[in-house]
This record gives sequence, C-alpha cells and structure tokens, in this order.
Amino acid sequence: MTRNRNSEPNPNNDDNDTLKTPPRDSAGTSGMRLVVPLQGVVQGRGGLILGSLIPCALFYFLQFYSKRHRSTKPPSSSSSSNPPSPSTSSQNLPDLQRSSSRLNLSTRGSNGRVFLSSRASFVNAPNDSPYYIGMDRFRADPYNELDNPDGIIDLGIAENRLSLDLIEKWISSNLNGSMLGRGGDGLNINGILTYQPFDGLAELKLAMAGFMSLVMGEKVSFDPSRMVLTSGATPAIEVLCFCLADHGNALLVPTPYYPGFDRDIRWRTGIDLIPVHCRSSDAFVVNITALDQAFSQARKRGQKVRGILISNPSNPVGNILSKGMLLSLLDFAREKNIHVISDEIFSGSNYGGEEFVSMAEILDEEDPVRDRVHIIYGLSKDLSVPGFRLGVLYSFNENVVAASKKLTRFCSASAPTQSLLVAMLLDAGFIKDYMRTNRGRLRKVFDLFVAGLKQFGIECMNSSAGLYCWVNMSRLISPYNEKGELELWEKLLDVAKINVTPGSACHCIEPGWFRCCFSTLAEKDIPVVMERIRKVVERS
Amino acid sequence: MGFESAKNNSILSKLATNEEHGENSPYFDGWKAYDNNPFHPLKNPNGVIQMGLAENQLCFDLIEEWIKKNPKASICSTEGIKSFKAIANFQDYHGLPEFRRAIAKFMEKTRGGRVTFDPDRVVMAGGATGANETIIFCLANPGDAFLVPSPYYPAFNRDLRWRTGVELIPIHCESSNNFQITPKAVKEAYDNAQKANIKVKGLILTNPSNPLGTTLDEDTLKSLLNFTNQHNIHLVCDEIYAATVFDTPQFVSIAEVLNDNETNYCNKDLVHIVYSLSKDMGLPGFRIGIVYSFNDAVVNCARKMSSFGLISTQTQHFLAAMLSDEKFVANYLAESAKRLAKRHKHFTNGLLEVGIKCLKSNAGLFCWMDLRPLLRESTFESEMSLWRVIINEVKLNVSPGSSFDCQEPGFFRVCFANMDDETVDIALSRIRRFVGVKRSGDESNAAEKKQQWKKNNLRLSFSKRMYDESVLSPLSSPIPHSPQVR
Repeated sequence: MTRNRNSEPNPNNDDNDTLKTPPRDSAGTSGMRLVVPLQGVVQGRGGLILGSLIPCALFYFLQFYSKRHRSTKPPSSSSSSNPPSPSTSSQNLPDLQRSSSRLNLSTRGSNGRVFLSSRASFVNAPNDSPYYIGMDRFRADPYNELDNPDGIIDLGIAENRLSLDLIEKWISSNLNGSMLGRGGDGLNINGILTYQPFDGLAELKLAMAGFMSLVMGEKVSFDPSRMVLTSGATPAIEVLCFCLADHGNALLVPTPYYPGFDRDIRWRTGIDLIPVHCRSSDAFVVNITALDQAFSQARKRGQKVRGILISNPSNPVGNILSKGMLLSLLDFAREKNIHVISDEIFSGSNYGGEEFVSMAEILDEEDPVRDRVHIIYGLSKDLSVPGFRLGVLYSFNENVVAASKKLTRFCSASAPTQSLLVAMLLDAGFIKDYMRTNRGRLRKVFDLFVAGLKQFGIECMNSSAGLYCWVNMSRLISPYNEKGELELWEKLLDVAKINVTPGSACHCIEPGWFRCCFSTLAEKDIPVVMERIRKVVERS
Repeated sequence: MGFESAKNNSILSKLATNEEHGENSPYFDGWKAYDNNPFHPLKNPNGVIQMGLAENQLCFDLIEEWIKKNPKASICSTEGIKSFKAIANFQDYHGLPEFRRAIAKFMEKTRGGRVTFDPDRVVMAGGATGANETIIFCLANPGDAFLVPSPYYPAFNRDLRWRTGVELIPIHCESSNNFQITPKAVKEAYDNAQKANIKVKGLILTNPSNPLGTTLDEDTLKSLLNFTNQHNIHLVCDEIYAATVFDTPQFVSIAEVLNDNETNYCNKDLVHIVYSLSKDMGLPGFRIGIVYSFNDAVVNCARKMSSFGLISTQTQHFLAAMLSDEKFVANYLAESAKRLAKRHKHFTNGLLEVGIKCLKSNAGLFCWMDLRPLLRESTFESEMSLWRVIINEVKLNVSPGSSFDCQEPGFFRVCFANMDDETVDIALSRIRRFVGVKRSGDESNAAEKKQQWKKNNLRLSFSKRMYDESVLSPLSSPIPHSPQVR
C-alpha cells in the first residue's frame, strides 16, 4: 500500500472552505439580521408576533428563491461528475448545502474531491488547542534521564505513575495462572474468548461497586445494577451524553474544565458546552447565580439546556465540592428540570484534609431528582491503569441505564482485562493498602512540587485531590491576557522544555493559570523541573 | 419544548427513548426463547439450541494451548510482569506499535499473502460494531445514505444508523441468480435514491457475505469499485469473515483489487476496509475492531475517534504476541478452515438428507437455508409463523430471512460453528423429525405457491421503505440479535 499523501492536514482544505461557503448561509444571516430592525419598527402588543412572523416569512421566501436558483445548476454538475475529474467549486455547491444545513461546518475531504463527513472535517482541522499540541510535542521528544536528558518533561497528562510498583507486585504474586483463570472462580477460557455482555461482566460490576464505595470513604454503597462498564471513561461520558441530550442541546460546564471535554462530548453527539465562568476569588468554585444566568441566556437564544456537567474533585483545579454546594446544584437541577453529570474520576486520588462527598451520597432515596443524577468513574486515575480502559457510567435513572447498556455495543471493555481487574479489585486487603500508600505518595510529591514553585514566588491553588495542581503564573505573563499566557506556555515548552496545560485550554477566564500534573514525576525529577522553570522565571 | 407526554422520557434524548435499538422487534423473540430456556446437553437437553449466533468456537483448543505455552504474553504471570509498567500506563490512541504491526501482518495472512497492509493505517475500534460505526461517522452526515446489498447483517440497521443518523438503502439481490449483486440492481438502487433526493455517500459490502456465506469474485468487486469510483462515492468493505473461507473459490480482498493494474485509475481515497478478530480468530470477547482506510484523512479522523472504543493494552500486548507467532497463525488458519469445512459439510449434508437445500457457500459460520417448500404460502407472514414453530417447537433459534431484509420469504440463516459436534447432531435430528412431521402433515398446502406475488411486491416495498424509515415499523428495524451479541 502506498500512501498518497502524508497525514498532515492539507492547507488547501481551508481555501476550499472559504470558497465553498454556500449562498444558503448568507441568506440565513440576513434573515437573522432582519429580526432586530423589525422589532424596533413593529412595536406595541403585536410587536412580538409581527416582529417574528415577518422575518420568518422573508427568510422562507429567501430560501425558496435561492433553492430555485440552485435547481438550475445540477445539469451542469451531473455531466461533469461522470468522469473522475477534479471537481470545480460549482459542482461542490449542491453537495454542500445539505450537510452544512445540519452542522455549521462544511464538507472537506483530503483533496476536495472525496467528501468526508462534517465530523471528520471538524477533527481533521489543524488542532489549535495547546492541550493537544503540547501532547504531540512531548511525544516527539520525550525526556529520559539517560537517553534524552534534554527532552520535554510532560506535566500535561493526568497520569499516575507513583504507585505502579504496588500493582505490579500484586499481579506477579497473584496471577501466576496467566489469563486462563484461577480455578474455582468460573472465569475460564470460554469466559474470555466468547461474546460477553457488552455492558461489562457481572463479576466486575460487583467488584467495582465495592471499590467505588471504598474509594469514596465507605459512606455510600453502589448498586451494580445501575452500573454500565465501558472501555474507558471517555466512551462512558459520550454514551451518557448521547442518552441525555439531542443534537444542538447544551450542557452547562463550570470553567476551568478538562480540555478533553470539548472533543469527547461535542464531537459526535453534536451537543454544545456552555462555559460558566468561575473566578479565583471564589477558588474557582461555581456559583448558582452564574449558572442561572447562563441557563437563561441559553434559553433566550432558543437553546435547550439539558444538564450541568461538573468534575468533582475538580479537574483542573483539584479542589473538592462541599456537601452544601452539591445540594445547591441538585436544587438548581430540580428547579430547571435538567440533569447533573458528576465526573468523579479523581475521587480516590484525594490526598488532602478535605473529605470527598459523592453525588451518590447526598441523594435521598425518595427524592425524584435522583432520576437526573449520573456519575462517571473509571480506573485510569485512581488505580493508575489507563491502558486497561475501564470506565463506569453509574446512573440513578433506569431508562438511562437501559439505553446506555445497548450503546455499549460500540465500546465494550475487553473480557480478559475485565477478568484480571475482577481479581484485583476483590482483594480488599491489597486495595486498602494501595489506596493508603498511593495517597501518601501523592501528598508527598504534591508538597514537594508546590514548595518548589514557591521558591520562585509562584503560588498554587489550595487543592486536595487530583493528579495536578493549578498554578498561578499570572505574575509572569505580559500582556495580562490570553496572548501573554500562551507566550509563557510556549516559553515553558521551548525554553524550559516542560509541557503544561494553559488555563485558556480549560476555558479559564482569568489569564495566567496553568495545570501541572505532578504524578508522572518521580521525587528525583522535581529538582530537574524546578531548575527548568527557573530559566523561564529569571528571564521574564 | 420539554412537555412530551411521557414524563420520564421527556428528560432524555431521542436516541435514548426511540426504538431504533430494535430490541422490541418481533425478531427478538428468538433470543428471548433461547435466553429463557438455553440448551444444555445434561442440564437442559430439551432447551433451545442457539443457532442465531455467528461465533467461531471450533478452534478454542488451539488458542488455549498457545496461551499455556506462552505465559509471557498475558502480563498477568511472573514471566510477563516485566512488561507491566509499559502496558498499564500506555494510553496512546495509536495503539501499541507491535500490535498494529501484528494486525497488519495477520490481515495479509488472511488474504493469502497476496497483498500488504501498512501498520500506520491500522486504526483500533471497539469490535467490528464500533469499527463500522466509526467509518460511517467519518464519511457521512445525518441524512446521508449508504447502499447495502440485501440480504444483509440485521444489526447494520442499528450499528450504522442509530447514532450517526445515516440511512441504509438496500440493493436487492434475488435467489434466481443465487443472490449475486448485479450492476443493474446497484444502479437501480442508486438511481432511486437520487430520485428521492437522498444523498448517497457510499456502498457497504460484506465480503464474505453475512448471511449468505458466499464470497464476491474479482469481476464483481471490480465492477462495484468502478461504480463507486465513477459516482465518487465511498466503498466500505466489511471483511470480518475473510479467514472463514473454507472452500474454493478463494477469498479476494478489495485491497487486492485495488492493487490491480486495471483499477489503477480508481481513487484509493474512497476505499475503506473494516476488520475484526471476532470471527476469524473466534475472539469476540476481546472486542477487537479495525478500520483500515486508504484515505489519510479518514485514518486520521478514525484514529482520534478510536478513543471512544480503545482496546485494553493488556489485550493488545497479548494479541501482538499471539499474532506474531507465525507458525501458530499459519496452523490456526489452516486448521480453522479445515474444521469449518468439515462442520459445514456435515451440517448441510444432514439437511440434504431430509431434502433441505442451502445456498452453495464457501465461507462464514452459517448457511443460508432454503425452507421455501415448507411455507404455507409465499409470504412473510408464513415465514414468521414457520419461524415461530422452529423456535417454540423444534427449539432452534435460527434467523428468518426477513430480518436480513431478504425480499423472498422462506430463507433462514443457521449458524453452525458455535457448538460442539454433539449439539449439531441433536439440532439435525430435531430438524429431521420436524421436517418429517411437516411433510406428511400438509403436502397439499405446500403446492399452492403464489409465484405472481413476488413480482408485484418488489418495487412497492422498496419505495415504501424510503418513506417508512422515519416511522420505524417493526419490520424496518429487524434486529434479531440480543444486546449481548453480534
């Protein structure tokens, strides 16, 4: 197989894009503009009706007009489409109208001739999020103490490398029978190779319920029948969103939020994320007034808000929501008749004094709002096995559980890995020991990291969970805006050779904040990182 | 806006509350019958035998033997633990390089080594189900359509349409020419779609065919490739049964046809392959789906999408080791084909003894059984009532042709590779007994076949389908598969 072209995004794409802007769009925008003057013109009681009826009618006729104009074109395009000749823009036009009427993205192929879906074009567009750019830069030149001491140190990915040795030790002393099963527990070769329930092995659900309860302080129990297992938290959250919202609906998301949400949630579901800005003065904790405002603004735009998405412990800030805050969020959801999605994937990675409270814990058995509460969990962070791809969707709504079980046919976890995890999670002694040790180690590295930054006068947000800290470098940026922030980010990447995530990638409204993941570092790496940061601090 | 009558459902999406999953279709009764009363040789000898599941269980012993010999491959052993750290933490959606290499090599082997595959084009997905959906997500927008030769795998109606919003337009194949795909039928389906103002984005081929168990010859593939190329639409080849070919003619992959000089002018960017290890290696529990595209933009897009269905690195690591063992793979493929051939022969001969014919096939884990002589009359109602008798009285879960969108009543897909020899014999003896009873019972009725019916109804049902798609009558979403299986 020869490759026709490399996988770099074709610069022509963008040119095609502008060329292909369909006339329908321009008709649409002029229709929208009409609303404003007419509202002024047609006043009084009938103003609202007339003011909206007239533009609607105008818009309708405009569409009709442009459609008639289009229908004259096909003869020329159909004759030119028979031989595989490069398409002209006029040929593209009829193709384009249909797709762009659905998404505000135009069809773009690798060469302007092969039409892919709008979704494909969305993701194949050059990636401008520093979160992903930094990741790619790191992959191209990864730091290694011996082989590549000048390589990039990655503080961008929330990955826990501090306690892998514990898991390694457990596996080597417990699973000598390889994957063929361990005698009496019923997981034999047939239980691995053949079709299994797509929503996860029953044994693993049971073990997972126990593990989640343990992680969350044994104050709440989880019901395996409300649980759906997927190949990672990414598909879990996508499946959930497919169940909760239709194309064009929106979720409210307090900022700063995990940069991956923009792709994981919006991409294939067509759901919008509406950022609700939080400020450092509130320790970046959301307040209900801001939520309420965002909700009504969306409603005014005619957009249906289907829920709130929170991460607790917060990613990227690392703080934990109080019980009172959770109750207010529930009240808000009840009042607005919307869902609450609580992403609790870092709940076992809490190392501070604050006590983690799960959404599951505060729900009253009788409260009808239960139907709107859904929890996302996974083993990638708390058990540090992201490679094993195990995500959990836990919902109090039976219909969501039923629908998402069906959807797991697209993303079910590999059976041999599931059976390995069953054995691991059921070893209560090991899990308790692991959790304790892991928390201790997280605490230690966190303290070292924060102390290291402090020597340059750089402060971190108070945090008590997660694999990262939320660092305030606003003092180092100039100008004090997103541009300044990104300049500093580039400097950190190019000069200091460390990859961090700038706040703007997390939609943070205040410039100068960065997420730094510390759990990929060994203790001995911290001085290296600090030395590198020093270079940037002293130059700016 | 939010005041739908069903209060509980109004807070969920349409996708979560509509019936597109198809599990309430009448076809689901077969699965329910099996689930409620599954056959077991000792515990439940009168239970329903599962013949609706295309699973390849004939060579499990070979895999088991290999695992025992290679404890290093699964990281969960003292020998294998060294790789643990690298494996547990690896979460790059490109996949382990050795895994992609092994998959590319395996794809070459299952195509007789006549073509090479580039590991950089191998993209992971959650099973063939996930792979099929991914490719559709990459190629089409909601409302666009794909042509599919029918009879086709029933779950396509769900897997390809459900979340993507894409439509399927059947290309009807007929028993008169052994269900071969004719250029005329393809053109007709395409033209009808054009007339209905539906944008056709591509053509999906299942080669070897599910449910027919036949392979497409090189000429057919070439003409289909020509067709898609000429109309500038995509050609998606679902080749998940590639290594189940147990008889001549040998399997021809679209990748081979693309390499041919005659098709040099064809735009490779329009061709995509879906692959999986669920059928060829009999490993559906591993959930390995592969998208292999000749289009860089699609590779790039599908790879990013693979984060919605990544394969566990432990599983990748294990398979990389197993599939790189050339001796094992060669032996496995040869032995598997031999065992499938034997089982197929045994089963079809057993059916022939009582006068039941199957479509001549050379691949797959099933055969396409012709029970037209047993129908009371040539209608789908009779097919359904015969099917219910087979499930409830003969106690075999087979799949009726109408669920595959077959246009002629009386065909059934019967899977034969998901059971041991004894179970096959019990199934055969049940069929023998039933056909004996049935034949003596209503000899006279079987004679009254209404041939005229067929011609009148064909066109009608096609145009009706176009409009019915959104209404979703139970028949337009015929999925006899349970949530657990494909």
